[in-house]
Amino acid sequence: MARTTTGERDLNVDRDVQRARDDTPALATPLRPSPIPATPTLSAYADAETLDGVLDRAALRRTPGLYTRAWRIFRANKVSMTALVILIAIVIFVLSAGLISTYVTGFTAAENHLSDKLKPVMTDGYILGSDGNGRDVLTRLAYGGRVSLMIAALAALALFFIGGLVGLISGYAGGKTDTILMRIVDVLLSIPTLPLLILVASLFAPGPVGLAFWIAVISWAGIARLFRGETLSLRGRDYVDAARALGASNARIVMKHIVPNLVPLLVIYTSLSLPGLMLAETGLSFLGVGVQVPTPSWGNMLGDGQQFFRTNFSLVLIPGLMIYITSLSMYLVGNGLRDAFDPKLTQ
Amino acid sequence: MTAYILRRLLAMIPILFGVTFLTFAMINLIPGSPVLRLRDNPKIRPEAAIELERQLGLDKPWPERYVTWLGDLAHGDLGVSLYNRLPVADRIWSVIPNTLLLAVLSLVFALVIAVPLGVYAAVKHRSLFDNIATVSGVAMFAIPDVWLALVLVWVFALKAKDLGLPSLPVGGMVDPRGGGDFGDRVKHLILPMVALSLAQIGGWSAIIRSSMLEVLSNDFVRTAKAKGLSDRVVYYVHAFKPAFITLLTLVGLALPGLIGGAIIIETIFAWPGMGRLTFEAIGRRDYTMIMATTLMFAVLTMASNLLTDVMYVSLDPRIRLD
Repeated sequence: MARTTTGERDLNVDRDVQRARDDTPALATPLRPSPIPATPTLSAYADAETLDGVLDRAALRRTPGLYTRAWRIFRANKVSMTALVILIAIVIFVLSAGLISTYVTGFTAAENHLSDKLKPVMTDGYILGSDGNGRDVLTRLAYGGRVSLMIAALAALALFFIGGLVGLISGYAGGKTDTILMRIVDVLLSIPTLPLLILVASLFAPGPVGLAFWIAVISWAGIARLFRGETLSLRGRDYVDAARALGASNARIVMKHIVPNLVPLLVIYTSLSLPGLMLAETGLSFLGVGVQVPTPSWGNMLGDGQQFFRTNFSLVLIPGLMIYITSLSMYLVGNGLRDAFDPKLTQ
Repeated sequence: MTAYILRRLLAMIPILFGVTFLTFAMINLIPGSPVLRLRDNPKIRPEAAIELERQLGLDKPWPERYVTWLGDLAHGDLGVSLYNRLPVADRIWSVIPNTLLLAVLSLVFALVIAVPLGVYAAVKHRSLFDNIATVSGVAMFAIPDVWLALVLVWVFALKAKDLGLPSLPVGGMVDPRGGGDFGDRVKHLILPMVALSLAQIGGWSAIIRSSMLEVLSNDFVRTAKAKGLSDRVVYYVHAFKPAFITLLTLVGLALPGLIGGAIIIETIFAWPGMGRLTFEAIGRRDYTMIMATTLMFAVLTMASNLLTDVMYVSLDPRIRLD
């Protein structure tokens, strides 16, 4: 908080807010329009204009915001854009599972023809072959992908809700609350995730949605620590002090000044955690404690195919390749997002 | 330093309480017990099942059993397995070396490949080598370990044998038919080690590359070059050390993941380790064994975190203990 030379508190709050904004690096630029309508949002670009003596308010309003700028950087990144297109194609493929089943393969996911067991790829109408129970692989791949991706997405959502909330409370409240929450985080971080997940999944035998929930419940600790650190650093910024001086309540400070600045971090880490969450489902289903047959998932298709490893390797190869391509595209999109939101992070 | 280590060791105690309490509560709050299944078995008299439950102490409320378990633990007694009534501790001590062998060797293997790869990519920044190394790093990092293990087995064990090429064995640590010499053990290690370390190679080479790039932009690197040191000395002696320290913190943090994450690899390769033991114990609802392996996992995790911090402090003179 700025003070005048006489030591009295500077009453020109408007200027204070302004100064706080100027001190804030690009990532922390407030994302919402200012509560004071006359105050233009300054960016480095606008600064340059001011220096030239040209303060065109209309032009300032056209200055690209954080998300517009991030999208421009992302769009220029060929690798990430390709990955995004592949990812969208995979999502469309799994969402149109019903159409594929009706119009392309003519089989349902659970339909088994025991006389047509283990057909190789491209035989007797089985485009990607059939599995050990005579079920069509392509149909199951589409439905299985739907389950696997849904689990990953739901888990990510729950993960960030729990982890983000705990991190936010811990970082903002501080004191005893912080100590207690961080002890819980320490405990969770001291148990390796996979053994605990196997334990929970085999004891509770949850359905796909329950599985996503449990994956999130067990893996939120790292995210909470990250968000706590970020909240702590945001809480100490001048513009938060300025808002408090203006009489903003805690709820308002958190919702208007801290949460919006956590969003880019949230976007980056969601996309980077998605492949890990999907691989957790794959591993569990492979071991037979995740998604249970006859509901298909890429993981249990892999586990199922393992039995016919020697004779029908395509049963392992195909779902595995789908998982690999999906996780690779998710990472590449995540890396692209990280570069787009914070160019400082990478060379 | 000794005081710091002691303080850290003391801080582990409440965390261990938390871990064991959480696990104990969870496995006991779920309906069903190892004995309950026997009640449904028509060959077993219901009274016998109840008697067995009493003998195993499973009829008491779980908080009471947790306290009993803690008391036994204080005497160094991890209890007997509910599955075969053999001491849990013996079984665990027999598998821990196998798991550590696999985890530590994978870690060393990953470092041996990742560090030169990352350092060289940073030195040759924006070269063809750098691009190839970066792309293959991401490709390795994203690979699903389950699938990788299966593909490795298919290529190097099945197909290689079919084609009459030298093939690698899969399953177990030694050949049951008169194996067990050094060469045989090494052959059995190769595939699980590669399957476990490939993702780490991808991740770590990217990390050492970016921290090396950061170090190379420092003034002391320019100074070293200016006073006439060869590039080789500047890169591999002066710049390497700080970049490597950054990587080291992540290596320590990855060790628990390698130990816990080995469950899948240990299952596929029939490796007699902690992960496989845990998985079996969960399937059998062997509560005492589950508690013991969870405790071991937690101790190993915290020990590797402590080891990392101690190494970090002793290698980086800028960091002081508070």
